[in-house]
Amino acid sequence: MPTTLSNPLALIAELTHRCPLHCVYCSNPLELQSRTNELPTEIWTRVFKEAAAAGVLQADFTGGEPLARPDIVELVRAARSAGLYVNLITSGLPLDETKLAALVEAGLDHFQLSFQGAREETANEISATKSHAQKLRVLDWLRHHRVAVTLNFVIHRRNIDQLEEMLALVESSCATRIEFANVQYYGWAFANRENLLPTREQLNRSVEFLKREQERLQGKIRIEFVVPDYYAKYPKPCMGGWGRKLMLITPSGDALPCHAAQVIPGLSFENVQDRSLREIWEHSAAFNKFRGEDWMQQPCKTCDRREQDFGGCRCQALLLAGDAAATDPVCSLAPLRPKVDAILAAANLAPVSVGAGLAPPAADPLTRPAWLYRPNPS
Amino acid sequence: MPPELNSRPLLAPGCRLGENNQQRVLLMPERALRLNGPSLEIVERCDGKHTVQQIILDLQKIYSKAEPQKVEQDILGYLTLLQKERAVDFESGAPL
Repeated sequence: MPTTLSNPLALIAELTHRCPLHCVYCSNPLELQSRTNELPTEIWTRVFKEAAAAGVLQADFTGGEPLARPDIVELVRAARSAGLYVNLITSGLPLDETKLAALVEAGLDHFQLSFQGAREETANEISATKSHAQKLRVLDWLRHHRVAVTLNFVIHRRNIDQLEEMLALVESSCATRIEFANVQYYGWAFANRENLLPTREQLNRSVEFLKREQERLQGKIRIEFVVPDYYAKYPKPCMGGWGRKLMLITPSGDALPCHAAQVIPGLSFENVQDRSLREIWEHSAAFNKFRGEDWMQQPCKTCDRREQDFGGCRCQALLLAGDAAATDPVCSLAPLRPKVDAILAAANLAPVSVGAGLAPPAADPLTRPAWLYRPNPS
Repeated sequence: MPPELNSRPLLAPGCRLGENNQQRVLLMPERALRLNGPSLEIVERCDGKHTVQQIILDLQKIYSKAEPQKVEQDILGYLTLLQKERAVDFESGAPL
């Protein structure tokens, strides 16, 4: 345990696992939580106050789909009144103009709208819903409100060749921020990984394109992109380090150091209904499990980069190495890096039908993959 | 491209000042910038009323011991950074 513990900076409020979409890359756990266990408004309100008192600056409202909560306007108001900056991470469904106005009036700071593609048929295949048209409507309504707007495109093999169209969509909107988030392999994305990983050629082309566009649009639109870490040389500093910057509260009130932590066996999580947020942050066994350096294995233990990337992601180490304390296998220095290389080799052998390195059109029934779609829990 | 001297910087929608544990911050989507000394003085003047030139003059007065040219360069650099982050827009013409 470190001698000085900094306070958490962001609270990820996973308000519900209910969602009208069924995206094949969803980062929710495979075991989705039922509606009956969702925390009521009053408990979230207390949690927001405790978060602000503990030094938290930002709340990220997410899920599932946060708009599925009937009390979402009260929740925004409660978080803002507690002194938090309020981010809404949403698909844009279900929403009408009246509710959008109410959210903004209640103090919403940032509206991050997801897009599953630039084209309706791609988006509808990936989400197994007819959601694209609604998102375009929401994008239009947002022009009339004073909130920060980010469009988030989740990128993978099936839509990585639509970047130009995605950018055109953003440029014709009021959004000043765009995030091209390559899928990360947890939850449902892990289950669908074989059909989601882009080829090396697709990735290289996208990085070149986005770097040029970043420069062209500098000062007008901020472009952020994250490449899949399987293709990286070093791992990401996941969550800014375990238990260092962020805490996530699940729909039933369990406090987790990250989205996927429940895959790690032997961790027990405390619940906000039983203990204060500050106490959980400081004293919970789960939060302390991978703080400091004592838990590290080699090569992390003596690596020059350990204070930069903390050995990568614990959940990814569990998923790929079977050991949450192992070096994240995406690291080029990890003993298990060859396993990731083999996964990439398979992804780069997969047949592509049209042109040089172009993925087949997403809606083509002959080449559409057998997706595992995320259900909507009751 | 550095901002024009007679333009008026304004905090962009969804960007606002905040405070925690006596530390002033600039809050924006999923990020926060710590504000101390000059950065705080600059951001407080991003109100759509102060021109870039006025901000430079104000800070040259406050930081009278610093070289005026350096103060100007630092301010222009910081405003450019804030615009890149999309935390600040520049209005030209009559003040709001």
